[in-house]
Amino acid sequence: MSAAALPATARPAGGGRPFAGTGALYRLALRRDRVLIPLWVLGIGGLLAAGPPGLAALYSTAAERAQAAAGMSGNSSLRALYGPVLDDSLGALVVWRYGVVAAVLTAVMSLLLVVRHTRDEEESGRQEMVSSAMVGRRAPLTAALLTAVTANLAVALVATAALGGEGLRGALAHGLALGATGLLFAAAAATAAQLTESARLARGLGAALLGAAFVLRAAGDAARDDGSSPLTWLSPLGWAQNIRPFAGERWWVLALFAAATLALAALAHTLAARRDLGASFLAARPGAPEGRLGTPGALAWRLQRGTLLGWTLAFAPAAVLFGSLADGAGALLEDDDSTREILIRLGGEQAITDAFLAAMTGVLGILAALYAVAAVLRLHTEETAHRAEPLLAHPVGRLRWAAGHLLIAFAGPAVLLTAAALGLALGHGRDLPALLLGCLAQLPAVWTLAAVAFTLYAFLPRAAPAGWAIATLCLLIGWVGPVLDLPAVVMDLSPFTHVPKLPGADPNWAPVAALVVVAAAVLAAGLARLRRRDLLT
Amino acid sequence: MTTSITALALRKTFGRTRALDGLDLEVEAGEVHGFLGPNGSGKSTTIRVLLGLLRADGGTVRLLGGDPWRDAVPLHRRLAYVPGDVTLWPNLSGGEVIDLYARLRGPLDPARRAELLDRFQLDPAKKGRTYSKGNRQKVALVAAFASDAELLILDEPTSGLDPLMEEVFQSCVREARDRGRTVLLSSHILSEVETLCDRVSIIRDGRTVETGTLASLRHLARTALTAELTDPARLPEGLDRLPGVHDVHTDGHLVRLAAEPEGLDAVLRALTAAGVRSLTATPPTLEELFLRHYQQEPAGSAERPAATEGAAR
Repeated sequence: MSAAALPATARPAGGGRPFAGTGALYRLALRRDRVLIPLWVLGIGGLLAAGPPGLAALYSTAAERAQAAAGMSGNSSLRALYGPVLDDSLGALVVWRYGVVAAVLTAVMSLLLVVRHTRDEEESGRQEMVSSAMVGRRAPLTAALLTAVTANLAVALVATAALGGEGLRGALAHGLALGATGLLFAAAAATAAQLTESARLARGLGAALLGAAFVLRAAGDAARDDGSSPLTWLSPLGWAQNIRPFAGERWWVLALFAAATLALAALAHTLAARRDLGASFLAARPGAPEGRLGTPGALAWRLQRGTLLGWTLAFAPAAVLFGSLADGAGALLEDDDSTREILIRLGGEQAITDAFLAAMTGVLGILAALYAVAAVLRLHTEETAHRAEPLLAHPVGRLRWAAGHLLIAFAGPAVLLTAAALGLALGHGRDLPALLLGCLAQLPAVWTLAAVAFTLYAFLPRAAPAGWAIATLCLLIGWVGPVLDLPAVVMDLSPFTHVPKLPGADPNWAPVAALVVVAAAVLAAGLARLRRRDLLT
Repeated sequence: MTTSITALALRKTFGRTRALDGLDLEVEAGEVHGFLGPNGSGKSTTIRVLLGLLRADGGTVRLLGGDPWRDAVPLHRRLAYVPGDVTLWPNLSGGEVIDLYARLRGPLDPARRAELLDRFQLDPAKKGRTYSKGNRQKVALVAAFASDAELLILDEPTSGLDPLMEEVFQSCVREARDRGRTVLLSSHILSEVETLCDRVSIIRDGRTVETGTLASLRHLARTALTAELTDPARLPEGLDRLPGVHDVHTDGHLVRLAAEPEGLDAVLRALTAAGVRSLTATPPTLEELFLRHYQQEPAGSAERPAATEGAAR
């Protein structure tokens, strides 16, 4: 009562100018992300830009497109993966085939950006120093969200340009759908970053949310062929579809995004205003006063086991989903030549159900490689955070230190792919031995990428994050290459091109053996270098 | 064996930066050796070379009779290291880190661990991310002192500790020395160096500029003299040109100057010639000793080599 009557100048200084410094922090974030954001934006734009020429080559006439669209739209398995086919124009088909992937990538970009500029900064202690300057209490979160707005605007712009040739109206609708999806997950990540003390956990929460959104949409789309299922409407990824780019755009769905995003951003701000710097709402438990860790390997396992568990918990249900789609996909593709053609290029020349399963096995293999790269790069994190230094000042050789993390990077994917095989077999209802063989046949390719990432780290420790770029390149070659019919020289760059497409094909084990040899040689070179080089200081 | 660490003419460059430029260091077994120098002078680089984390580009280095690069693992069994900025794993408790470090070196002595936790008043159940700077430092100190290693390498180990804990740290170092351990202590806290160290080495721009016991270093430094004279007019001409005499200021009956040991005799004769009514002689404080070395011109200036030679003689 009396506080309200006070003139503005008499308010306590702490509450004054809560947004002070937002501009400076925003510029700092853009400066730090001057490489990262353009890479994401161009990657997503490139994926979309590759769509029209690739699909135009497959379906050259309107009649072919109509037939393909009808076939794919009638198939619940494909709808679960990619969403419903809402129209048979080339633009609509590109959005159908790549829209969900692009939306997921945009959401991941936004999640990572926001956590990087909020909880990461607090956890590292940098925020403390920044906040001691002329920086208002709301400035860091606002600047992080503004950074996400900028990145998502860029995605929307580039995505619109990528599909502009198919009709500006539809391209704009799709660009806005992507940007809006990204912003929604940025706001969700901002909320998650208030809840947990650890940035890693905040990213995990965001990823779980994204996974839930994907599953809801997949379930809804499997049930109905026009995106109208209530389950689809529960998922932001379903909203993005329901903007219906190139298929009678529904602009009002953007208002739904705006409302949800504003609500989440407001929630994040409210939570941020109610907590101390560095504190969280999910309380951290105290640790054990005594430890049982006694070897570098045990330490590596302790540091990495949570991540492996999280990946396994994501892999198994995804594999069950893929497995349960296999029969349906096979039934459809019996009478759709062009899509069968894609699947055969992805999965090999064999019975179509097997081709579908082999294609999904390949997708899971590449994802397992991303896990392997992340596990290898833990070495880089440990070294740059100066936690490796005191450890190596103990009677611990460099190779023994690296071996703990490498063992996880090499055995972890085997765990993931075994879980994938079990999931696929569970969903498919049969063929466990064949699926297990197919999944584990991916391992040499996974190991090759892990070995390359490790050796890059050993030789050029400062450039180690480029291991992600190499893995992503192989991922794009694997996903977009078959559709674009890329030349064999390019396809051969990815180790995944050389693993047999199982189940189904008559496996040729020679290239697999060659990959094992390559991975071992590359790994040995990296290990030799790690022993000889200076530690980063 | 009488020396724990011998480094001769160590060189190390990072790109175009010359971090170590002919550094010498000798630490005798059983002594507490102070390692001093301004920020960026190469102390931490030297320590990382001694730990085998960096490989020297030139020079020779022996640590506990071995080559720190080639024999890193067996040598590390016999030493303990505390960095100046301890980073812990955010999701491991301090107790887990202490026990991990102890087990990596050998069997853990639970009684010693409990005693040190009590003395440093450290709660081992807190997670790494919740410790303050001083408490992170304590985690590393408890791990190091619990190890009973024969060589302790401490790189600004007390940054962030409160004065009470500083006291505990000093008594731990003394106990280590009493048990015959060797300590290399890099520090900016001069009182800590003064009370703990038997000998010190001062480095600057990657070179050793001074090494010896504190008493011998003091002996090399200037004494500040203030004299009240009965008849200043009889003061001989050219007082400030006497060898080893500096900063002569006269103000009526008062004369203030600084004299190196070799100049003291001549300057006192000159002063007594003018009739000394009162005289105060202030021996150099440790602080002045260090500041003199810290403040010298940076490498590359014309007069530096001469100044360095003068200081080293």
